[in-house]
Amino acid sequence: MINIPSTIKISFRALRVNKMRSALTMLGIIIGVGAVIAMLAVGTGASRQIEAQISSMGSNLLMVVPGATTSGGVRMGSGTQTTLTMADSEAIRRECPAVEETGPVLSGVAQVIYGHQNWSTGVVGTTPGMLIVRDWALSSGRPFTEQDVKSATKVCLLGQTVVDNLFGDSDPVGKIIRIKNVPFAIFGVLEKKGQSATGHDQDDTVYIPITTAQKKMFGTAFPGMVRLIMVKAKSAKDLESAEKQINDLLRQRHRIAPKQDNDFTVRNLTQMMQAAEQSTKVMTLLLGAIASVSLFVGGIGIMNIMLVSVTERTREIGIRMAIGAKTWDIRLQFIIEALTLSLIGGLIGIIIGVTGSKILSMLAGWPTIVAPLSIILAFGFSGLVGIFFGFYPAYKASLLNPIDALRYE
Amino acid sequence: MALIEAKGISKTYRLGDIDLKALCEVSLTIDKGEFVAIMGPSGSGKSTFMNILGCLDKPTGGKYLLEGTDVGKLDRDELAGIRNKKIGFVFQGFNLLPRTSAFENVELPLLYDGIPAKERSHKAMAAIKSVGLEGRESHHPNQLSGGQQQRVAVARALVNNAPIILADEPTGNLDTKTSAEIMELFVRLNIESKITIILVTHERDIAAYSRRVIRFLDGCIVSDERKV
Ligand SMILES: Nc1ncnc2c1ncn2[C@@H]1O[C@H](COP(=O)(O)OP(=O)(O)O)[C@@H](O)[C@H]1O
Ligand SMILES: [Mg+2]
Repeated sequence: MINIPSTIKISFRALRVNKMRSALTMLGIIIGVGAVIAMLAVGTGASRQIEAQISSMGSNLLMVVPGATTSGGVRMGSGTQTTLTMADSEAIRRECPAVEETGPVLSGVAQVIYGHQNWSTGVVGTTPGMLIVRDWALSSGRPFTEQDVKSATKVCLLGQTVVDNLFGDSDPVGKIIRIKNVPFAIFGVLEKKGQSATGHDQDDTVYIPITTAQKKMFGTAFPGMVRLIMVKAKSAKDLESAEKQINDLLRQRHRIAPKQDNDFTVRNLTQMMQAAEQSTKVMTLLLGAIASVSLFVGGIGIMNIMLVSVTERTREIGIRMAIGAKTWDIRLQFIIEALTLSLIGGLIGIIIGVTGSKILSMLAGWPTIVAPLSIILAFGFSGLVGIFFGFYPAYKASLLNPIDALRYE
Repeated sequence: MALIEAKGISKTYRLGDIDLKALCEVSLTIDKGEFVAIMGPSGSGKSTFMNILGCLDKPTGGKYLLEGTDVGKLDRDELAGIRNKKIGFVFQGFNLLPRTSAFENVELPLLYDGIPAKERSHKAMAAIKSVGLEGRESHHPNQLSGGQQQRVAVARALVNNAPIILADEPTGNLDTKTSAEIMELFVRLNIESKITIILVTHERDIAAYSRRVIRFLDGCIVSDERKV
């Protein structure tokens, strides 16, 4: 009969007696677990951030900007050549079956004043459709309407950052602010969205009817001018057909001859974001790979310590067998030793990994998310390594003749 | 019934192509309460024989009856039980667990026997006292002299009331004075506790403590003398 309390006592004594070996074994487990958790936390944090940015931008998005596509790709500095109009936006919405909604934009930076507070922000002239395009709800108040766009009323929706800077905690709905010295009534407040993928604050904005922007704010080079048109496709599958439909429609509307280049560019924002997401996934994988190396190194550390101590321990096993230890007395002792080291080392590793990633996210400003899977993975692996290399030599020794174990060199 | 009965025990080591006969069909009986010294030159098979008697090793031939039980028919764990309860082994090199106190070393056979804590510590202390080491129970082996370490080993051998103590050159690493002290300890255990003592020695004056001397040469018993 194996006496469990006795075996536990024997195991703990052996751990205490071999403090150095116990500590080194645990160190391997701590490094392995801690590194994997911290690395994966950084990777997971980054990809979650990108995912959040993608969903905050709105889904199934296309952007139509003035200016031709260069052969190598997209010419980024656009907006100088303004060929797009309100009518184009309307036409896209009405005539492209794959398109759900459009939001034309005429924007600029302007000073916004309320009482003694003033704030410089991006003022976006657009239509109510924009809120649908960008999946953007209001946290209070109501949106302006097509009627407001038709009559170019002086009403606005504020982003949360603008509210914070001009109103603090008080409710801005119904108040009057001045944008470029023109008074505007505040209809509503846009829900907080946070940073965009390019790191700019999406809540630092004011939405006004596009017609008001054209007439009172930024002026137009020609009637109905818009700087860009945001388009929401009906679904992710419709993105490509929407792109084609818009292309055909605008070529026709802008009377572009068959051999001539477009005077506009359709960009697939969703595709671009997915590319970014993909590269973050690759980064996570890379970090995971680096972490696996530390896990592996930790494992090798454990293995070395265990193998180095095999001679000493085989003698110890010989002594124990000589005075009456049975096969499972020996095996159980080593299993309990290995389990104890793995558990304690694993717990310390988890604590270090979690605090480490917290510190990283504070110092470097990276978002980190500790995924439960990474804890299980790291803990499981180091535990297995610890148990295997702690137990395997003991298992072999437990099969020796006592005299051979006693004489082992 | 004899306590120990060896019937034609042999042990052959295979070393590559050659067979090395360490023991050739050794037969003998030892009764309860005897004090036996085994002598013989180095390499004559004394340790091999002792290890078989102590169930640390298995013979390649012959039969070994311990209290009438055929030890060859027992499995590993049953043999472990015999080593735990019937036999106390004292080695030339002490074989104590390092960095472990004298008390914990002595207590170990009782832990493997599943003796409750209170009885365990009572018995371990009694054994330590009987070898004259009270006050040293918390010392580690490296804090004890050779003689004291061997006393710890003797205490460990007798702590579980084993009827047999096997000692393979127990004084081989000790000076003359300490050797005499250890031998007097064995004599006392033999007389007072009726423990059967079998010990291997090179030295005539150590063998003089015993009442029976068995001589080995090249794996065979060449003489077996009892003192009157
Ligand atoms: N494990 C072993 N493998 C091979 N030969 C051994 C082994 N153990 C002992 N021997 C041989 O068996 C013979 C008897 O050895 P041993 O019993 O130790 O002698 P003693 O104790 O009388 O000095 C010696 O020739 C020795 O070399
Ligand atoms: Mg010998």
